[in-house]
Amino acid sequence: MSTILNTTPAPEVPPTGATGASGASGPTGFRYVLHEIMRQRSTTVGLVIVGLLLLSAIASPLISPYSVTVSSCGVFDPPSAAHWLGCDGAGLDVLSLVLHGGGVSMIVGLSATLIAMTVGASVGVLSGYFGGWVDVLLMRITDYFLVVPQIVLMIVIAAVWGPSLFHVVVVIGALMWTGTARVIRAQVMSIRERVYVRRVAGLGASHGRIIFRHILPQVGPLLVANAVIAITVAVFDETALAFLGLSDPDAVTWGTIMEHAFDRAATSAGAWWAIAPAGLAVAFFIVGCYLVGRSIEDALNPRLRVSYLSAHSWRLRPLVGKKPEAI
Amino acid sequence: MYRSGYVLRRVAFAVVTIYIIATLNFLLFRVLPGSAVTRISRIPNASPELKAAVIHQFGLDKPLWEQYWIYLGQLLHGNMGISYVNQQPVTDNLWTAFTNTIPMVAIGTILALVIGIAVGVLSAVRRGTASDHIGTNLAVLFYAFPTQFLGMMILIFAAGVLPVAGMSDAFELDPSTWGHLLDVGKHMILPVLTLTLTLFAENALIVRSSMLETLGEDYILTARAKGLPRRRIIRAYALRNAMLPTITLIALSLGSIVTGAILIEIIFSWPGIGRALYSAVLSRDYPMLQGGFLVITVTVIVFNLAADLLYAKLDPRIRA
Repeated sequence: MSTILNTTPAPEVPPTGATGASGASGPTGFRYVLHEIMRQRSTTVGLVIVGLLLLSAIASPLISPYSVTVSSCGVFDPPSAAHWLGCDGAGLDVLSLVLHGGGVSMIVGLSATLIAMTVGASVGVLSGYFGGWVDVLLMRITDYFLVVPQIVLMIVIAAVWGPSLFHVVVVIGALMWTGTARVIRAQVMSIRERVYVRRVAGLGASHGRIIFRHILPQVGPLLVANAVIAITVAVFDETALAFLGLSDPDAVTWGTIMEHAFDRAATSAGAWWAIAPAGLAVAFFIVGCYLVGRSIEDALNPRLRVSYLSAHSWRLRPLVGKKPEAI
Repeated sequence: MYRSGYVLRRVAFAVVTIYIIATLNFLLFRVLPGSAVTRISRIPNASPELKAAVIHQFGLDKPLWEQYWIYLGQLLHGNMGISYVNQQPVTDNLWTAFTNTIPMVAIGTILALVIGIAVGVLSAVRRGTASDHIGTNLAVLFYAFPTQFLGMMILIFAAGVLPVAGMSDAFELDPSTWGHLLDVGKHMILPVLTLTLTLFAENALIVRSSMLETLGEDYILTARAKGLPRRRIIRAYALRNAMLPTITLIALSLGSIVTGAILIEIIFSWPGIGRALYSAVLSRDYPMLQGGFLVITVTVIVFNLAADLLYAKLDPRIRA
């Protein structure tokens, strides 16, 4: 993990004439961005982590050693040869639980993110594209949502609405879109003013055509970067809501595994093995998504590649020529 | 000096937000399925007469707008109702909890800020070196740990060494103020440690990317060309400008401070507002839930307002 987060300074200028899939040029061109993303080592590491977790979740019915509903060992039995990760407070095998819980947790995270991205992108595009009173109204609403501590509102809604996985997904998704809306709005506002968009508008293209054919493809990568980061937030929030007993008590997710362990006093029993695997699984998933999301964002933001004061450039800044013969 | 227009607008926004939140707080409990009316008589086989009596006692048979009017009026008088569980005024319950939460959260947040800024600046300035990798990777790791996981791990492995539950020892022998404070301080170490660890990471990552962006600005190049010493460039040119976006982003992360505080209070049995909210959820104590929601939200809004005003004071460009 030594150089994961180091986005190596890339001196080359984006090929100005390169035509991306959307027909656009410049640093947001689709192919250029994809190339930039795949060049970074953090992308590979992130994709491998997420891929492994996904695979193990899909294969969990085949590879999990014990049932997750019938107890197979003693209460809080420590890790042993038969139960690699020990047992939880109900005598269930922790390894099987974590493998099973992964799928549900990831589906919850993904569905909530889908809701949030749909709302966020719609608000952002409408607000940025139309401007005027639409913009003022939508951004005012966004501001209100942004300032309210989301988890507290989630707690209240989920508590009144009743504990269920579906409610958790809807509540997380419905409250998580504000950041996306703002980022997309800013991007759309700048795209709207580009020459080719104005030309297409001048040629008589409808609003719908401009938005779907010319603007959405341009904000696509940004939306993906946002979605990948949003999944981490959604999974995180799910564990928090589950910990407060607001998720479906019968569902096995990474969040409910930790909640059940706490509920059955794993902390006073010193049974760290009932908590740690699920917690670490969440952490790995979040790190994986974060790395991928960050490298997309870095590829989209060329400003970060220049640093006039990095440790390497401080002693000898190659203004002209390669390193040895630099002035 | 502020332009009064800017301050007025921000204050007006905060007041309107608080009003909307108060209204939402009223509506949520009446509009959502499984609302207060159906859950209020929690006796499974309550007779219709009993149900009607309970509904009448809580004034839920009045028209909605009249309930709303009474609610707002009482709220302005600081009356948030009576807790179902201990029959005490919600305001009193919450006030005790609030005063317990504030020192813990304040110390944790300040520590997280100091450590986060230090780590962020160090990694940005030494970008690409070993200290950058160690700093950022640690930050990402702690950013990824679920708060309750970190809290429970710390609890399990520190049990026996430091107090892990509650705020003070009921059997404390030293009756003096100092003895009590020392006792509370000891109980506070682990919750504050957990909060700091979960919060510093986000701050460090924000400060790092903000610093990196600032270090790429042309005025840094100019400052270097003038031959200013490195230390001065970092302190006077880069850090000052990098702190501007950082203030906003950290103000926006108040939400995660609240989340962390709630989970940590539950784990370490800290008798604060997060724990009050949690027990309100468990016992379906709606007045406490409503009150807790309102108090936390208003606090966050006020701190956001403070950050906005601070931002305007630091950056003259924003005051237009």
